[in-house]
Amino acid sequence: MKRVPIISPAFLLSIGTIAGLLVIMQALIMTEIVSPYVVPLPSDIAASFWRVIVEEGVPGRFAVTVGETFAASLLILIVGIPVGLLLYRFGKLRLAFEPWLAAMAAAPLVLAYPLFLVLFGRSSLTIIIIGFTAGVAPVALKTIEGFTSTRRVLIDVGRSFRLTPAQEFRQILLPAALPQIFVGLRLGLIFCLINIVGVEFLINLGGLGQLINDLAERYDLPGTYAAICFVVCVSILFFAVLDRGEKWLQRRG
Amino acid sequence: MAATTRVTAAPARLNLSVSAIRVIGAVVILGIWQLLALSGLFFRDVVPPLQNIAGGLIKLLGSGAFYANLAVTGFELILALAIGGIAGLVVGLLLGSRALLSDAYESWLSYLGPTPKIILFPVMIMLFGVDSGSKIAMGAISCFFPIAISVAAGMRGVDPTLRRVGRSLQANSWQMFFKIELPAMAAPLVNGVRLGFGVAVIGTLLAETKLSNQGIGFMIINAYTRFDMPQMYALLIVTITFAAVVNAFAERIAKRFGGAGSGRKP
Repeated sequence: MKRVPIISPAFLLSIGTIAGLLVIMQALIMTEIVSPYVVPLPSDIAASFWRVIVEEGVPGRFAVTVGETFAASLLILIVGIPVGLLLYRFGKLRLAFEPWLAAMAAAPLVLAYPLFLVLFGRSSLTIIIIGFTAGVAPVALKTIEGFTSTRRVLIDVGRSFRLTPAQEFRQILLPAALPQIFVGLRLGLIFCLINIVGVEFLINLGGLGQLINDLAERYDLPGTYAAICFVVCVSILFFAVLDRGEKWLQRRG
Repeated sequence: MAATTRVTAAPARLNLSVSAIRVIGAVVILGIWQLLALSGLFFRDVVPPLQNIAGGLIKLLGSGAFYANLAVTGFELILALAIGGIAGLVVGLLLGSRALLSDAYESWLSYLGPTPKIILFPVMIMLFGVDSGSKIAMGAISCFFPIAISVAAGMRGVDPTLRRVGRSLQANSWQMFFKIELPAMAAPLVNGVRLGFGVAVIGTLLAETKLSNQGIGFMIINAYTRFDMPQMYALLIVTITFAAVVNAFAERIAKRFGGAGSGRKP
């Protein structure tokens, strides 16, 4: 297999663009063409990173957000996959309720966060429930898709070996459906994390989302921008890891 | 498929049509809701009885304030879609037609696309103020990413044969784009706009709930602050139903053009 050089022209272009934009912004702000009271100097933002991490308790906040995401993901797994399996097993239920699930997946349910606040109080539970609500439908939908797209020949082979329904499920259906289920999990986790950080910001509670809100309310501009950059970096890392995991699973499948 | 046929045989014995199952499902959900509302398990109005929600819905749809706020949100959404959509279209076309640009920037787009945009709201307030400008910016940023990504993928997916036909007929760049490339990538384009609309609604309305004195998002958070639960439920029903209907309509259009993706989101 041909090895792709790490320093490709595309890589240089992307890094060069970012560096160029930062230099241009620094120049525009230093010459006050862009007001430093609106956009802080990139150098100040970079200098604020360590201060924000140490003084604002980023590791603790990070742990809170990760914990909430983990709890919501666990709920998504516990509910989403069995619901998908149930709808796969009972075809009429699937015909009846799969469009409802699809509508739920597409609906802007996060807008109902004030409702969740009323129902569950201003606590981590509310954030976890919102994360769960955002992520459960894609997992259930992809679980159904995974099971229904199992190749017929595999099922026929299982029958020729006289597998029991439990064996058929464990040895044929589940392995065949796993890549799709993982696609659903990836989507579910992404929606879950987005909504958790977003709601933390909106209700000023919890981990990384609250950090941005706190800093913005204190008008700590370099800190706010640094915190936003930090959250964006964490999100990108999270999505990249999920992406790699999915590709690895697909290669194995 | 065989397994599906086999396992689906069981419920057929119940002899219920799909519509009947749906009606039963809806009745069960509404019945549980009504029981919870009347049980006294929740603080007053946290789970209001269905008739109160219906009353709130009627009151909402009959009030002038609702339509005034709807007009504000509608205006913000249209501008957000126009700005984010045009920017997404241009960027998507550039990325889809130039391999170097795609290699350099598209992974950034893919990873930045799903990040929670609402955290950029403090920046938008600093840049565009507390009025509609910051909400429009939130909507525009939200819808930019899915549209750009879909258009780039659509542009790359245009059949090279069609381009060769265009070149053999000596079509110029504009003709090539409007007569060949744009119709060929209609499905991903419509799908991108569909996804973009969904996230623009979320971005704009969430921004309104955070800091605003007008718009549907403001009405929702205002109803929460006043603990006017029937109105809050009514607003959520109207907003989520509207978004779901537009999404379903756009999905149908995308399918008519020969494709539609699943999913959504911020």
